[in-house]
Amino acid sequence: MSHDHSHSHGPGQACDHGHDDHNSPEAIQRTIKKYLMVGGILFGGTVLTVAMYYVHIPSVAMTIAVALLIASVKAAFVAGVFMHLSDERKMIYGILLCTVFFLIGLMGLTIWAMHDPPMQTLIDGKPA
Amino acid sequence: MEIPYTVKPRPDTGLYNAKLGIWLFLASEVMLFGGLFSAYILLRVGADLWPHGMLSIPIGTFNTFVLIASSVTVVMSWASLKLGKLASFKLYMTLTIACAFGFLGVKSYEYYVKFTHYDVWFKDDATAQKYFTAAYGEKGEADVRKHFVERFHLHNTKATYDPHEIQLAGHIQGNPLFASHKTLAKAKTEKIMFEPDPKFGSHDHPKAIEIPVSDVKRLSAYVPAHSTYFAIYFTITALHGLHVLGGALVLGYFLVTADKWWKKAPEQFANRIEVGGLFWHFVDLVWIFLFPIIYLL
Amino acid sequence: MQAKTSTHTQEAHSHEHHHDPGFLRSYVFSTDHKVIGIQYGFTALAFLFFGFLLMMCMRWQIAKPGVPIPVVGGMLEAMLGDVAKGGVMSPDLYNAFGAMHGTIMVFLAVVPLAFAAFGNYVVPLQIGAVDMAFPRINMASYQSFAAGGVVMFVSFFIPGGAAQGGWTSYSPLASVIPTNGQTFWLIGMVLLITSSLLGAVNFIATVIQLRAPGLTWMRMPFFTWAQFVTAFILLLAFPPLEAAGILQLVDKVFGSSFFLPSGLVVSGKPYDVSGGGSPLLWQHLFWFLGHPEVYVLILPAMGVISEIIACNTRKPLWGYKSLVYSVLAVGFISFIVWAHHMYLTGMGTKISTFFQTTTMIISIPSVIILTCLFMSLWGGSIRFNTPMLFSLAFLPMFGIGGLTGLPLGFNFSDLHLHDSYYVIAHFHYVVAPGTIFALFAGIYFWYPKMTGRYMNETLGKTHFWLSLIGMNLVFMPMFFQGLYGMSRRMSDGGATYALTNPANEGVVTALTSTVIKLNVFITHAAVLLLIAQIPFIINVFMSMFNGKKVESDNPWQATTLDWQTPTPPPHGNFTKEIVVYRGPYEYSVPGHPADFTPQNMPDPKPAK
Repeated sequence: MSHDHSHSHGPGQACDHGHDDHNSPEAIQRTIKKYLMVGGILFGGTVLTVAMYYVHIPSVAMTIAVALLIASVKAAFVAGVFMHLSDERKMIYGILLCTVFFLIGLMGLTIWAMHDPPMQTLIDGKPA
Repeated sequence: MEIPYTVKPRPDTGLYNAKLGIWLFLASEVMLFGGLFSAYILLRVGADLWPHGMLSIPIGTFNTFVLIASSVTVVMSWASLKLGKLASFKLYMTLTIACAFGFLGVKSYEYYVKFTHYDVWFKDDATAQKYFTAAYGEKGEADVRKHFVERFHLHNTKATYDPHEIQLAGHIQGNPLFASHKTLAKAKTEKIMFEPDPKFGSHDHPKAIEIPVSDVKRLSAYVPAHSTYFAIYFTITALHGLHVLGGALVLGYFLVTADKWWKKAPEQFANRIEVGGLFWHFVDLVWIFLFPIIYLL
Repeated sequence: MQAKTSTHTQEAHSHEHHHDPGFLRSYVFSTDHKVIGIQYGFTALAFLFFGFLLMMCMRWQIAKPGVPIPVVGGMLEAMLGDVAKGGVMSPDLYNAFGAMHGTIMVFLAVVPLAFAAFGNYVVPLQIGAVDMAFPRINMASYQSFAAGGVVMFVSFFIPGGAAQGGWTSYSPLASVIPTNGQTFWLIGMVLLITSSLLGAVNFIATVIQLRAPGLTWMRMPFFTWAQFVTAFILLLAFPPLEAAGILQLVDKVFGSSFFLPSGLVVSGKPYDVSGGGSPLLWQHLFWFLGHPEVYVLILPAMGVISEIIACNTRKPLWGYKSLVYSVLAVGFISFIVWAHHMYLTGMGTKISTFFQTTTMIISIPSVIILTCLFMSLWGGSIRFNTPMLFSLAFLPMFGIGGLTGLPLGFNFSDLHLHDSYYVIAHFHYVVAPGTIFALFAGIYFWYPKMTGRYMNETLGKTHFWLSLIGMNLVFMPMFFQGLYGMSRRMSDGGATYALTNPANEGVVTALTSTVIKLNVFITHAAVLLLIAQIPFIINVFMSMFNGKKVESDNPWQATTLDWQTPTPPPHGNFTKEIVVYRGPYEYSVPGHPADFTPQNMPDPKPAK
């Protein structure tokens, strides 16, 4: 398969397979710019998260929501750009979709189970 | 015998084997950390008390920067390979590995600080009062209690707490690691010299006080046995740390063997870096959630 | 793996170019999927037998509490010391054997045999691949498994003995028993889970990437489908248990309290830990794997059965597509049924109803699979050879196991049946005469491919009939014991709660002597089951040397690609180019020259 290939190409031409437009030197140059930009966003996001901590939002729910929102945005950038998920094969999406579904099941159902108290036993109409 | 699609993608899936393999592995890692995060949520929601502000935010922020930087450098090293620049690949990869060990070094320091920091619970409230007064003066005691309430509450959570259970935090003279009331009893220690922490918002160290072990109900360094908070903190961060270490070792191996591989199979080498990079980004991704959850919330 | 393939690229690669890799490389540290499959197979069979022997000791203690165990009693005392004083099993030893019987049977015997052994050997052959996608990871998977097995085995001989907290290792019980058995158990489990994960990644990647040209998804044999789904279950359900195992290990080794609640009192004294943990958290994380694990046990077995039934009825499987969609549905739903093991933990009615509903839903695709297999028999010209006998027995046996599970899936009936012998009977019907029969069938079926010789039919049929009778005599009475309220974890076989015990005079719920006497009957039946395995053991080893030689590479005249290789398959498996032209079960197709048309045989007529 790859056998004749690795011989016929010099080291510099290691990038001509698959979806060619993504791997041409110009395209790589463009993505490098994108990588640096995402790096900047991640730094900014971190600064923002820490700043939010010192601001003290009065509501607990809001504090958690904001922190997780910023973290999710950062994570989306890492996964989408650094891990090339924004442009990946269907197979990978399928696998990750299953994983996310089961992860939500694990977290959601466990938390639900822990916070769905058994029905109260009533004796003469009053809680036992 | 040759296994197909180790280098070139299979036409119908568009993937080479290792890339599919690493994504499958990462899917299982998502479930692993997902299980741990579920545990974290359940323990925290179910807890009466949950410490707050126990970790140094500047250090945590610094480490976050380090890890983000390493994520940028590792993707740059892969892009360099794609452009055929071996030298700049090596530079970026070296930076990545340096970041990894920088992260681990900072983390070890954080661990060390925790392992030598102690909480003492006294046998009863009167005894506790005695030592608090000895450490912080008559007025100081109320301040410490107030700080205790703050430390254990996320802003305005209405957690109940037992005022008898207020503990005195500080260092034991000689900075022993991992001491506990059990090890003290085993060593037949009769008393310890305790250096209480400065009052909240101040930097003046109170003078050391002598505490007979017989007055101590419980003594624990900031280790997993201290509380479920430290237990989950150490477990998740240590597991994450092991991932950092493992990733750094693999990337280091790629760096050391770069010349050989570049000459022999450049395309496969670029694939390997891509796959290693995917793992590395995932480790970064876990930290992106870990940092706010454990340090800030 | 990659290094290896690339060195091959440097050489002129032809099939004659084989260097002899030496004994260690070919049998111990081999990366060949077939060798690894056989390694898994033999290790798993050894553990299967070992786990069975543990149970024999326990059965003796249940039937005759306090009486020295015959034959092995003295040996146990010599090896394990005071826990087996005078050859009598102490309650501690009973607990250890019980916990380890479950652990060994599930994680070291049945799963490795069903998934790793058969999967490794057969799946690459069935999809026309030269090997697994990552042969070195495959080897690491086996080594991690072997290390886990060693850790588990060694734990019997450490001071205090093996883990005693049951195979489910519920905290706080498992965490507070003051011995190191549980620590060994946890380390063993982490190794076994790692092994499963490596295996699962490899299986999925192999099936997705290495299918032969023309082998589309809907041409894949059902066995491969079942293994594929099983691999996904292992991949995604095991990590939460690994997380739980790590947490319990930290509890055990570093004294934390993940699963230890505040105010815990052990042996009348406050337990000296920080507290604040949640015992229910362990149960959730455990059963998140624990339930899908049931499907890990059963799906590969169903896969084996469908191959054998299709081949030995000489007609296509009935409802191939329904089978495939059902197995996918089972795999998917299996992730959201787990808390039906936890009805008694004080869950609320809403969440109970949810899990009750999903549990009933998952029985639908399971019944579809079983129904398809039954329907496949209709109108077939059935060959009653040993593998087929085991397969035919699997159907009703698994049926009994499955149907008796329904009362356990309902909250209201589970309240009575929970933790009774009824539960034991239910899941053993699924796993023992269910899965294990399927695995025996698989061994008899693929043995000729592995060795080039058939297994002996007379010994095989003896093995089958004695096992079938033994299994039913052992497990059927347990349903009655359970319905009468006999709890499953009593080392004295219920003597303490018997009517005959003067302390229980007038207690209406005490166990009647009929229920207690069944213990002795079951133990006799278990001895029969033990005897029934002797012909099998003899058969496996004897047939290697003087079994009847196969006449061709395709002795059963099957259609799938695993029979299109030389016998036994060489390194690299196929000697000819494999291209797939048809579905997996083209038996007795009108107009074709033979009553079976292999998948890689081109159409005699021009393509439609």
